[in-house]
Amino acid sequence: MSTQSTRLAARLMVAPSVFVLFIWMIVPLAMTLYFSFRFYRLLTPERSGWVGFNHYLWFLNSPDFWLAIFNTLALVGGVLVITVILGVLIALLIDQPVKGQGMLRILVISPFFVMPPVAASIWENLFMHPQNGLFSAITRGFGMQPILFLEDYPLWSVIGIVSWEWLPFATLIFLTALQSLSSEQLEAAEMDGASPFNRFRYIILPHLTRAITVVILIQTIFLLGIFGEIFTTTQGGPGSASTTLPYMIFKQAIVAKDIGRAAAGGIIAVILANIVAYFLMRGIGRHLDN
Amino acid sequence: MGKIQLTQVRKSFGEVDVIPGIDLSIEDGEFVVFVGPSGCGKSTLLRLIAGLEDTTSGTIAIDGKDATTLPPAKRGLAMVFQSYALYPHMSVRKNIAFPLKMAGMSESEQAARVERAAKVLNLTSYLDRRPGQLSGGQRQRVAIGRAIVREPSAFLFDEPLSNLDAALRVGMRQEITELHQSLKTTMIYVTHDQVEAMTMADKIVVLNAGRVEQVGSPLDLYHHPQNLFVAGFIGSPKMNFLAGAEAAKHNAATIGIRPEHLDIGAGGMWQGTVGLTEHLGSDTFLKVTLDSGEVVTVRANGDVALHHGDRVALSPQASKIHRFDASGKALA
Repeated sequence: MSTQSTRLAARLMVAPSVFVLFIWMIVPLAMTLYFSFRFYRLLTPERSGWVGFNHYLWFLNSPDFWLAIFNTLALVGGVLVITVILGVLIALLIDQPVKGQGMLRILVISPFFVMPPVAASIWENLFMHPQNGLFSAITRGFGMQPILFLEDYPLWSVIGIVSWEWLPFATLIFLTALQSLSSEQLEAAEMDGASPFNRFRYIILPHLTRAITVVILIQTIFLLGIFGEIFTTTQGGPGSASTTLPYMIFKQAIVAKDIGRAAAGGIIAVILANIVAYFLMRGIGRHLDN
Repeated sequence: MGKIQLTQVRKSFGEVDVIPGIDLSIEDGEFVVFVGPSGCGKSTLLRLIAGLEDTTSGTIAIDGKDATTLPPAKRGLAMVFQSYALYPHMSVRKNIAFPLKMAGMSESEQAARVERAAKVLNLTSYLDRRPGQLSGGQRQRVAIGRAIVREPSAFLFDEPLSNLDAALRVGMRQEITELHQSLKTTMIYVTHDQVEAMTMADKIVVLNAGRVEQVGSPLDLYHHPQNLFVAGFIGSPKMNFLAGAEAAKHNAATIGIRPEHLDIGAGGMWQGTVGLTEHLGSDTFLKVTLDSGEVVTVRANGDVALHHGDRVALSPQASKIHRFDASGKALA
């Protein structure tokens, strides 16, 4: 199957889709790069021209910018830690043979099907609301003042909501990984005198490393762009306490109608994503091999 | 020490009695083989001894102490699994050292024991590889290594050779037998292959449908099977069974004669036609259709000049005929 002619044919066959995908990627990137050096405000369309690195400098000098970078990384990191740890624990739990296992698993998976703005609304209005929320009812039940989640702990609240959405995904991946672990390995470890904790530490956890790597990589890609949950709940506030880089770009593009500045923010976001990807692949990418 | 005593051990999964009740005693230092067709409960019995399954009723005593409810790790037994169950993310060294590490043994003692086990099993040059980089036979040896470092009171083998090719199987069979001779530790070995059972065992336990059909030395089972099942299971090719008029002549419901105890030659009692012939070089197996309609297998020497369609006369060696009553029990 790999004569000269079949290899050539394979390349010719693949070429059109490679070409389309390349165009698909390069045109928006090039346009964003172009706009990021232009003066381009929708409210003053008659003014235009080159501005050099002014948009980039605006971002770098903006007091919100470094906070937004921090918030973005904190959101990604926080959600990753919560979903990986809880995901492994829940997967271990629902991997046990119990009655109604199928139903239980569907229930565990279901939050993933709720779309982000809906999930955020549910949390904002049914759980975190200071008057009507379940949490405030509980704290009042103990005779305490309700916690103002979105006002006092905006970033933590967003991390909580996003974790709730992504936990099922992590759990699902870990569960399938657990099911591929041979029971004989666990039995052998049991015969070898490993306690339940040691079986987890030396057999189950190493078996899960690749699944954990996959979850971290995939979730990072999506979490860097989290927007809907912030838009629905805190609007990036109070102040800029829960503003992330995507939300900052949104404020420039849609609120301030400054396409040039937003484009510069977009390019910064691309650079940030690449830095994160570089460190991720260096740190955990080797677990994807073999 | 490794004396294992089973008393009325019963195992049921829900309504199904997999093992209706077994009494068995395994002496210290014995090589015992559990053999039987698939589904006969031999693996379940081994797992009961290992503690990987709960005993429904009855008692398992190891070295005189009741171990029925002890967890596997506390029984002092080591097991080699059919799939080897090596830990894929650990090197061979770490695999073998794992039980020692779990026992909290010092690093230096671990290293010394691993080194010793590796020498016995010719694994010294592979210690830093992962299981995935080893051949089937090498993995098998690592699994055995992981078992022997613990110096258990007995070894349990669950069909350990079934994933190996035929040539390797013969080699590993001899290695395990030699290992037993040098360690002199009790070994319990489960297999469905009667050749493995015959060649390795001090004592064979033939199991069928969760019951012990017969316990004895290999030659004892070969020469004196107590019933039709054992007679048919032990020996290769299988014993020939004849019922009806021929059996009635010997006052039995069924008679059995092994293929190697049928002589070919003029003046034989039974006339027949040669069907399939299998030439192995050293032996020739002939399927002969008797004139009475029954088919028997005959083991002849390697260069017998008989072919499909030839007429032969067969005579059974009178002293080698086994007689069975209507319920399948051997008649004295």
